[in-house]
Amino acid sequence: MTELTNLGVKAIRDGVAGGDFTAREVAEAFNTAVAEAAELNAFIVTTPDHALAAADAVDAKRARGEALGAMGGVPIGMKDLFATRGVQTSAASHILEGFKPEYESTVSQNLWDAGAGMLGKLNLDQFAMGSSNETSYFGNVVSPWRKAGGANTDMSPGGSSGGSSSAVAARIAPAATGTDTGGSIRQPAAFTGICGIKPTYGRCSRWGVVAFASSLDQAGPMARSVEDCAIMLEAMAGFDPKDATSLDMPVPDWEAALSADLKGKKIGIPKEYRMDGTDEEILKSWEQGKEWLRDAGAEIVDVSLPHTKYALPAYYIVAPAEASSNLARYDGVRYGLRDLPDGAGLQDMYAATRAAGFGDEVKRRILIGTYVLSAGFYDAYYTQAQKIRTLVAQDFANAFGQCDAILAPTTPTASFPLNSLNEDPLTMYLNDVFAVPASLAGLPAMSVPAMLNSDGLPLGLQVVGKPFDEQGVLDVGLAIQQRAEFEAKPEKWW
Amino acid sequence: MSVTREEVAKIASLARIRMGDAELDRMVPELNGILAWVEQLGEVDTSAVEPMTAVIPNTLRLRDDVVDAIPETAGGRRDDVLANAPAAEHGFFGVPKVIE
Repeated sequence: MTELTNLGVKAIRDGVAGGDFTAREVAEAFNTAVAEAAELNAFIVTTPDHALAAADAVDAKRARGEALGAMGGVPIGMKDLFATRGVQTSAASHILEGFKPEYESTVSQNLWDAGAGMLGKLNLDQFAMGSSNETSYFGNVVSPWRKAGGANTDMSPGGSSGGSSSAVAARIAPAATGTDTGGSIRQPAAFTGICGIKPTYGRCSRWGVVAFASSLDQAGPMARSVEDCAIMLEAMAGFDPKDATSLDMPVPDWEAALSADLKGKKIGIPKEYRMDGTDEEILKSWEQGKEWLRDAGAEIVDVSLPHTKYALPAYYIVAPAEASSNLARYDGVRYGLRDLPDGAGLQDMYAATRAAGFGDEVKRRILIGTYVLSAGFYDAYYTQAQKIRTLVAQDFANAFGQCDAILAPTTPTASFPLNSLNEDPLTMYLNDVFAVPASLAGLPAMSVPAMLNSDGLPLGLQVVGKPFDEQGVLDVGLAIQQRAEFEAKPEKWW
Repeated sequence: MSVTREEVAKIASLARIRMGDAELDRMVPELNGILAWVEQLGEVDTSAVEPMTAVIPNTLRLRDDVVDAIPETAGGRRDDVLANAPAAEHGFFGVPKVIE
C-alpha cells in the first residue's frame, strides 16, 4: 500500500476522490506522523480530532456522491497566526497563550470549506518576527534536514513559517499555511527543500490573521510541489469584505492553467542581486536556474533593480513601525495575558503585561517602531522609508517593462545551525535580503527547491512576478521543478 | 543618529513595556546597531518621490448602508468579545481602578 504520508495535496485529493483510500485513513496516517515527530517541535498544539472530523465529513460526502472540494480529504498544518475557533491561537507568544478565538480566520475557513482538515497549529517565530524560528515562546523549531557529516547539529527550518516548513519537509503534513511579511514563506521553503508562494498583496484575506505589518502581511501555501501550491492557494484566496485591502477580483483557476512551456516569455535577471557575501553555491544554483528556464523556452534578459540594497533597511523601518502600532492592542485588558502587580494602576499593568508577554525580538521591533514614528523622527525615518518603498516598487515596474518574471536566489545562504546567528540581530535580518524587495512592492513571489549544496542542504530559487500574475510565477516555478527533479528528502531521525 | 540609555528608557515607557536595567543595557547597543544600519537610506535623494500609501492600487470600498450586514463583525456579540478577557465582570472589561 502507498505510504500515505509521502503523498502531496493533489495525490491525496485525487486518491480520496477516486476511492484509492479514505480521507480518514489519510488523516490517521498524518495524525500518527505528527505524534511521532515531537522532537521537531513543529506544532504548538495538535488537533487530531479536527483532522478526523473533516475527513469523516469528506468520506460521507463521497458516499453520498457529492463533490468533495478542491482540498477534499487533505489534512494540513495551520500556522499559529491564523485565528481558529476554539483552538489556541498564540502567534507563538506568551501574551496570547491560552487565547481561543471565538471566530475563524477567512483563510482557514476557506480551506475547511474546500474540504481540508487541521492537524494542528504550527510553531513560528513570535508574532512572525524572525528568520530562523528561534523567537517562539514555545521553543525553537528544528529542521528535519541535517548537514551531511554535520554531527547531528540541529538546523534552522527558517522563519517565520518554520513550523510549516519543517512539518511539510518532514512529511508530517502534506501542506501548510504560511504568512509572508518579508520572506516568511519563501525563506523557510528554501531552507527545507519545499515550495511556497506569497501571492499578490490582497489576494488572501488578512481577516483573522494576527497582524504584524499590515501593509506587507500576506498568507500563502507551503507544499512540496508547484501544483500543490496552486491548488491550495486557489482554496485560500478570494475577495473578503471583512478586509479593507482585499482584492475584489476573481480567483483564477491556477491549477488548470499551469504550463511549464515558457516559449515567448522573458525572464529578468536582476544584476543587483549579485551581492557580496552570497554563497558561491547559491550563485551556481542561480546559473543553473537560468539554464533550466532557457531549456523551457524562455529568453533570459538582464534587468536592473537599482534600489535593491535599500529595500532591507527600509523594511526594518516600515515593518517595525506598523508592528508597534498593531501590537499596541495587547494590553492585558481584552484578551491574553494580564500581569497586575500588587497595587498597580492601569499604566503599570500595561507595562508589566507587555514586559512579561513579549519576547526580546518583539520588544526590539516595538521599540524601533515607536522610535521611528515619534515626533521629530517621523520624516527622517518613516517617511523616507516609505519613499524608498515607492522607488523599490518603481524598479520592479520598470523591470517588468522588459520581462515577464524575475529569477533570483531566495536566500543568500543555505540553512544554518540553530543558535549560530543570534549574536547580532542584523546578521539575522540580512537573510531576507533577496525576499524583502518583492514584499515591499506587494508582488507575487515563490520559492522552488533547486538542488542540494555540498553539505546536503536544500537551496531554493525565487520567482517574482507582476502584480496579479500568480499564474506566471507558478508556471516558471513548474518549469524549474520539472528540470530540477528535486526528489531529496530528509533522512528520518526524529 | 543614535539613542542614549535614557532615550531607550523613554521609548520603552511610550511603548508601555517595562524594562529593567539589564534589559536596557542590552537593548541600547542593539538599537543603535539597527539605527546606524538604516542610516544609509539618507543617501538616496527622495526629494521628488512620493511616500508609498498603497502597495497595490486598490480603491477603498463603501459597504452597503445596512446595520450588522456581516455577522462576524456585527454588534450583539458581547459574550464573544468578552470570552477571552482576563477579568470580565458584569458584561464589561475589568481594569484596575483608574479614578481616584
